[in-house]
Parts: sequence; C-alpha cells; structure tokens
Amino acid sequence: MNPGRTLSTAARVLRQIRSDKRTIALMFGLPIVLIGLLAWVYADTGLFDQFGAALLGTFPLVVMFVVTSVAALRERTSGTLERLLSTPLGKADFILGYAVAFSLMAIVQGALVSWFAIVVCGLDVAGPTWLLVVVVMLSGLLGMALGLFASGFAQTEFQAVQFMPATVLPQFLLCGLLVPRDRMPAVLEAISNVLPLSYSVDAAKEVSVSADPAVASDFLIVGAWIIGALVLGSLTLRRRTP
Amino acid sequence: MTVDAVIEVEHLSVKRGGHVVLPDLSLTIERGSVVGLLGPSGGGKSTAIRSIVGVQRIESGTVTVLGLPAGHPELRHRVGYTTQSPSIYADLSVRDNVRYFARILGVANHREAADRAIETVDLTDHANRHARELSGGQLSRASLAAALVGDPEVLVLDEPTVGLDPVLRRDLWDMFRALADAGRTLLVSSHVMDEAVRCDRLLLLRSGRLIADDTLPDLLARTGAADAEGAFLALVEAGVS
Ligand SMILES: Nc1ncnc2c1ncn2[C@@H]1O[C@H](COP(=O)(O)OP(=O)(O)OP(=O)(O)O)[C@@H](O)[C@H]1O
Ligand SMILES: [Mg+2]
Repeated sequence: MNPGRTLSTAARVLRQIRSDKRTIALMFGLPIVLIGLLAWVYADTGLFDQFGAALLGTFPLVVMFVVTSVAALRERTSGTLERLLSTPLGKADFILGYAVAFSLMAIVQGALVSWFAIVVCGLDVAGPTWLLVVVVMLSGLLGMALGLFASGFAQTEFQAVQFMPATVLPQFLLCGLLVPRDRMPAVLEAISNVLPLSYSVDAAKEVSVSADPAVASDFLIVGAWIIGALVLGSLTLRRRTP
Repeated sequence: MTVDAVIEVEHLSVKRGGHVVLPDLSLTIERGSVVGLLGPSGGGKSTAIRSIVGVQRIESGTVTVLGLPAGHPELRHRVGYTTQSPSIYADLSVRDNVRYFARILGVANHREAADRAIETVDLTDHANRHARELSGGQLSRASLAAALVGDPEVLVLDEPTVGLDPVLRRDLWDMFRALADAGRTLLVSSHVMDEAVRCDRLLLLRSGRLIADDTLPDLLARTGAADAEGAFLALVEAGVS
C-alpha cells in the first residue's frame, strides 16, 4: 500500500464522477426526492417522525451500491484494471482509492439528505443532528463497500445492477422496519442479527427517539461490515486472469 | 541461453476457456531490439503478450523478464504494457489519463512527463479532450502514451498501430526504433505484415506455434518469397511447424 497511489486513484475516480453530471444529480438528488416523497406520503399520519430517520439510512445505501458496483465493474471490463494491476499499483491502493472517493461522496450525500429531512421536511430528531448525519453517511459507505465487493462477481453491468436488489432487499425486509426484529420468527431474527442494515436502522431509530442515543455498538458492527466487505473486495482482484 | 536476453520464454503452455492456446512456446528477445510478433487472428499473440506481462494465468513453463519471473513486483515499473483494445478512462481527458498513469508509476515531474508522452504520440492538440471523444486511432495512441510515460526498459505493445494511417504508423515505428537505439526493448504485435520491415526480428505465431523466428532477410531467403506476407503464406502452406 502506498498513500500517494491511493490518493491519486481517489482523485482520478472523483474526476471521473465529476465528468458525469447526471450521475451526480442522481446520487444527491434521488435520496432527497425519496425523502420528500416519504414525508408527503406520511403527511397526515405523524408516522414520518417514527420511520423517517430509519428510512433515511436506506436510500443512500441503495444509491451508493449501484454507482460503486457499476463504476468498479467498468474498470474490470474496459481493460483498465488489467493494465493497472500490471503496474506498481497495489490491490489495497485500488480498493482504498475507490473507498476514499466514494466516502467523500457519501459524506456530502449524508449531510444533504439529513439537512433536507430535518429542515425542509421537519423530521423530529431527539438526538444530536450530527449523529444522524453519521448514520446516513455510514449507510452510504456500507452501500459503497458492498457494491465494490459485489462487482467482483458480476460479468456485465446488467448483473451488477441486479446484485443491488439481491443484496439490499432481503436486508430491508429483515432490518426491523416492517416488523420489529424481536417479533420475527427466530431464524429470521438470527439472520437479521448478522446483517448490517439492521444496525444502521437501529442506530437511526435510536438517534431519532433518544436525546442521548447509545449507538456505539451499532456503529462498530456497521464499520466492521464496511471493512470486511472492502477486504473481501480486494480479494476479488486478480493480477493473473484466465 | 543468450547473455543479454531481456525476455525469455521456455516451454510456455497456456489454456484459455478450456482450450490449449499456446501448447509449447519458447522464445528469447534480446536487449535493444524491436521484435515483431506477427500472425493471423486467434494465433495467440495477445495470449503470449499477456503471459510476458504476467497477467495471464499459465499452465506450465517459465517466462522470465529482465531476469525475474514475469509479473514480479519489481518488474511492474520496468515493463510497459498496452492491451489490444485501448485501456484508458473514457470519461477523463487524455492529459488526466496519462498523468494518472504517471503518478501510479511513480514518475518524477509527472506533469511534464505526461505532456512529453502525449507529444510523442502526437496528441498534444487533443490533450484536453475526453477519451470518449477520440477516434479509434487517437484512442490507441492515448493508451500508448500511458505506457510510454513511465519510460520503461521493456515495452510490450499489443497491436499499437492498428487503425492508424501510414504517416502515423511510420512515425510510431521511428519512435520504436529510437527507443530501441536508446537501449529499450520492444515486443510489438501486429497483423499488418508490411510492418515486418521495421522489426529487427520476426516471430510468426500461428495456432499457438512459432512457425518462424528470424530476421526478415533470412526469412525471405529461406522461403524465396518477396515480402513478409509471402513468406508467411509459404510457411503455412509448407506446413512447417
Ligand atoms: N478470454 C478468453 N477466454 C477464452 N478463450 C480466449 C480468450 N481470449 C482469447 N481466447 C482464445 O485464445 C486464442 C488466442 O487468442 P489471442 O487473443 O491470443 O489471439 P491473437 O493472436 O491476439 O488474435 P488477434 O490478432 O485477433 O488479436 C483464440 O482461439 C481465442 O479464441
Ligand atoms: Mg490479439
């Protein structure tokens, strides 16, 4: 690993994103539009304060997953990855370069979406606002890490996009938003205890109801998943291919 | 074994997609030479090149570059490689592409080095254009610039002149010659037989087998043909293995 190579890779990835204005608009605009829609749907029910924060954490996951997995897959199919891996660039430099670039995007996205939910849609958050931003950002990072990992198993962009519902929807069903996790069948509860989205949603709920939220263990578990997925992602990179 | 062998392939065997592509390839390339790897489509040129660069999974045999096994970490900044289809980032400008590769390769003064490499492939006027806006030939030159920028000792180029007009092709071959004169070693694949004239030595690869490994004059003398294309056809028809 070499910080110079990692950072130039991150700068290169950011430059690529910058040249694609429509993707930037989708990355930042889509979660905002969805949160706005959600607030409107819940307008006369008072449920927005109950579910808003938790759902806030799921939209960036989806968006970051798709963007990262397609970007990384393109690198594999265009031959640039083969070329990069014939240079001194380390696999860790490659993965971390992507991670740094998309982390910056996730931070901006998390801040924007949280601001919109709280200020424009009037989401009531009992805990500190910055903690909610961290939750949303971590969820974006999780999407980034899972997307990078999943791209190792896709041969085409079609497949890469399909991996999104395959990884995200089951987690969404089991994360405790539809039915509280402790009221699920035991097997499903056990599965949901392992999946990372359960913990981002837990953290978001905690921040929205408690003035002094206990989220350290949630953050730890989500963080471990992010690191684990990045490590596994770097294992899918092969210098020699068939 | 030649003393100054830069690339040495011994009994290399490669399988791709369940088929044997290179059954038993052996060859040696000397320092300071421009060697042409020629042969029909599907003959195994790219596979041989990938093996030499160390990105191909091989079945058996040894590939040694600059005295080290192909793909050795120490070789990664000493061997420059261009893939057959231009591999640069379509959504970056030519300049940003070449600069990125310069930084990855740890080139000192990477900005100046990038501008020089772009100048060498005659793309200075297009340096600020996105790669996706380039023509096929411009794209492959941009890809070449990204390999040249590291000033590697060994250049392994997979069809770098495909789709270029005669003037540009001549200029590039002049540059390859100059690099070789400066002590660099080049292995250049092509299926344009008339480029054989510009090579110190020719390797003719057909169905994964080397059917000739000679200088052009020797090859012509041996086959009695008038040009490389004729020599190649003569060898194929004679069934030389
Ligand atoms: N990714 C791959 N998977 C399976 N088989 C492959 C793959 N790439 C090439 N082959 C096979 O290996 C053989 C040699 O291919 P190679 O690309 O080395 O030929 P080539 O001489 O470079 O041809 P061309 O001049 O068309 O580039 C061909 O029969 C091809 O079908
Ligand atoms: Mg080829």
